[in-house]
Amino acid sequence: MSKDNQILEEFTSKEYEHGWSVDYEADEAPLGLNEDIIRWISAKKEEPEWLLDWRLKAFKTWEKMEEPNWANVKYPKLDLQKIRYYSAPKQKSKSKSLDEIDPELLKIYDRLGISLNEQKRLQGIAVDAVLDSVSVGTTFKETLSKLGIVFCSFSEAVKEHPDLVKKYLGSVVPSTDNYYASLNSAVFSDGSFCYIPKGVRCPMELSTYFRINAANTGQFERTLIVAEEGSYVSYLEGCTAPQRDENQLHAAVVEIYAAKDAEVKYSTVQNWFPGDKNGKGGIYNFVTKRGICAGDNSKISWTQVETGSAITWKYPSCILKGDNSIGEFYSVAVTNNYQQADTGTKMIHIGKNTRSRIVSKGISAGKSQNSYRGQVQVMKRATNARNFSQCDSLLMGDRCGAHTFPYIDIANSSAKVEHEATTSKIGEDQIFYCNQRGIATEDAVALIVNGYAKEVLNQLPMEFAVEAQKLLALTLEGSVG
Amino acid sequence: MSAVTKKEISVSSSFMDTYFGHKPTGPFASLRENAAKELAQKGLPSTKDEEYKFTPITKKIESSITNFGHAMPTNVTISDLKTHFIPGVDTYTLVFNNGILDKELSGDLPDGVSARPLSSLSEEELTEKIALAENKETDPYATLNQLAFQDGLFLEIRDKAILDKPILLLHLIKADNHGQTIHPRLIIETGKFVEATFIQLVASLDEQITFLNGLENVKVGEGSHIHHLKIQDEGKQALEVSNMVVDVPKDATFTSFVLSLQGQMIRNNLTLNLLDSNCEGNMFGIYLTNGQTHVDNHTNVDHTKPHSESNELYKGILTDKSRGVFNGKIFVRQDAQKTNAFQQNNNILLSEDAIINTKPQLEIWADDVKCSHGCTTGQLDEEALFYLRTRGISKENAKALLLYAFAGEVLEKINHETFREYCVQLVQQRLGGQNG
Repeated sequence: MSKDNQILEEFTSKEYEHGWSVDYEADEAPLGLNEDIIRWISAKKEEPEWLLDWRLKAFKTWEKMEEPNWANVKYPKLDLQKIRYYSAPKQKSKSKSLDEIDPELLKIYDRLGISLNEQKRLQGIAVDAVLDSVSVGTTFKETLSKLGIVFCSFSEAVKEHPDLVKKYLGSVVPSTDNYYASLNSAVFSDGSFCYIPKGVRCPMELSTYFRINAANTGQFERTLIVAEEGSYVSYLEGCTAPQRDENQLHAAVVEIYAAKDAEVKYSTVQNWFPGDKNGKGGIYNFVTKRGICAGDNSKISWTQVETGSAITWKYPSCILKGDNSIGEFYSVAVTNNYQQADTGTKMIHIGKNTRSRIVSKGISAGKSQNSYRGQVQVMKRATNARNFSQCDSLLMGDRCGAHTFPYIDIANSSAKVEHEATTSKIGEDQIFYCNQRGIATEDAVALIVNGYAKEVLNQLPMEFAVEAQKLLALTLEGSVG
Repeated sequence: MSAVTKKEISVSSSFMDTYFGHKPTGPFASLRENAAKELAQKGLPSTKDEEYKFTPITKKIESSITNFGHAMPTNVTISDLKTHFIPGVDTYTLVFNNGILDKELSGDLPDGVSARPLSSLSEEELTEKIALAENKETDPYATLNQLAFQDGLFLEIRDKAILDKPILLLHLIKADNHGQTIHPRLIIETGKFVEATFIQLVASLDEQITFLNGLENVKVGEGSHIHHLKIQDEGKQALEVSNMVVDVPKDATFTSFVLSLQGQMIRNNLTLNLLDSNCEGNMFGIYLTNGQTHVDNHTNVDHTKPHSESNELYKGILTDKSRGVFNGKIFVRQDAQKTNAFQQNNNILLSEDAIINTKPQLEIWADDVKCSHGCTTGQLDEEALFYLRTRGISKENAKALLLYAFAGEVLEKINHETFREYCVQLVQQRLGGQNG
């Protein structure tokens, strides 16, 4: 075996480091999906009548829908009746603060390197930790509430801020949007809610950490971020899951609403269990993320580092409705072994002078398939719209694939839209140059890949950039093309 | 044909009656029957089909074409034709009268080139000639042609033939009554080391609504260099779907150029199968549309073996309420290492109501490749315009000059000099201005 192959072998046999699970007593819904289950979930969460109605309406729509099959991914279909739609760790008592949270649960997050206690002391990030279906704790709640910022679990928001939830829930991603969004609307269990009042600049990063622990469950969380006029918030999301043989479903919905002059920066490092090296198991990540720049001069920026999941199906989008609004999408998607990713973005230009920028970097290794699918649409009244898209693919190994499906639909003559894409492997000359300067081949690859992804990684908040860089290095270690 | 169950064919009942009302008889009956079955299964594409998302041609046909019967050759004399030849371009000429080769109007062919009607082939021969590469999805309109073509032409070029003049394929379209349908069918096969250029023109002799549904299969021989040049300047009411499938073997090159100027709705499907090493496929196109014209170019290049190359450049200038659609697909199969594939699509929108939908698509399964695609949509550079005006050039002329320069990049790719000059003339006429 040549050295290259050896290194590749090592790399592909690398195990998923968050693959452990913890046994804890859980409060679970019966398997399957029907109206009763939805009523059960809603009752469990002590939800008001309107929310139950909303769920049921979504369920009725969903029943009539068909699973989409246009994405460039192949997978055995999930039997949605064999999934548990609700699983919550049983807590000994209702905890009011972190000190009262079951130490067992805190340990899970300690093990993930996200110590909720530590966070309490470290200034900088407020964390909402979601385990399976429910939020187990939110840090820094009080500090934030002094500024009028609401940052809590979704269920809490339903109880304490029903008007806000009612006003914005489904306003960006309606319950009838698509198959998985409707499914989520019907059965969503928890998630994060974040409200930044007018003129407030959120002083710290808000963060949610999602973890699937129980077997046979799906995770259906819902995130709603509302930024009022002139406000600013930076929001982070991270996720992991234990290593299991069966495929688990993660069908989340993220909605972002940005009013006039508001800015929302949403970053995510997605590291769901990608399946083992034979493609067994792994999370199906079918997510709907969408933001609306409703007011003038607003801005929404998506940054994603996608390294996990067996199947990814995710298109964080921006609806640029307000004049002069800005949408950004930065993405690094890494696939290895048998992973398949079909990810990209949609930029819908509606307002005048709207601008969008798309930078997508795909890296495929092993036998994986990596697709960029994006749409830039300039509506008739979107005068002076501007878009720049760049999607590059890097291939490592001759059994992987990189695909690009950009849709560009322009109905306004003043639009300036540019799209460029390249596909290549790491050049032998580049490696040779590094070798010649005394850099080992493996380090050279890391160096080149890091440089390749830098444009995106630079967009991540400091605290996350470190994690992302570590992840990227881990995932690509030794993968000499 | 009661066994065929209708599925999603949204076309009117007269269409159904014509094609599905009775069992096909006569030449190629079983070929047609298979096509009928296939078509019944997949139906004609609506805008819900990804490939026809922006081009509702099926709907157009449904609403405006009433006569799906076979078009009959019409009375045309050579003097009627004169205006449709390209001035200054000397060619061997084949004239198709409503889809059927008209021997009287056609000239002689050079040595080494033979043309015979498809009806002289046996069913097995024809089946073998049109056998498409495996796992290839056939366009529903190509299947329709297979089902409905009346007769076609089989053009064969002998080994080592180097043609001194292009072969002109002139299609005369004359509708007898409202809504004529014509399904021209052409098969070209060249031997080894052939050099030939084809020029294809469509001449609408009246302003009736017609539906032209052409299917061409080109099998290029090893080491051959074939050019295919096409001008689409048709009647304002013309509907056209043109399917061309080209197989390019070892050491061969195939170059396609298409200039689309007028028609109601035009859809071009161009598929290049690069079957072996060291072959090259080039696709060039310009669409200059005005009025309500709708031009849709779908191209598909399939790199299957190592060391092949493809180049693609399509440019569009759209004005009035016209619409352009571009979808370029590049496939690079796992074995096709060292592939070079380049694709570029640039568009200029000149009016508020013009629309462009473009989708430059790359699908790559090999790692040692160089592939790139680019796509831009914009307007003329204000500064360039200003510069020209400071040099005393009128706004109109400056604009035309810049637009001509934009289109010129594609025109330069045409290998045949006099044909290129003719295209330059057509483009300049369309763009206006006084530039020589």
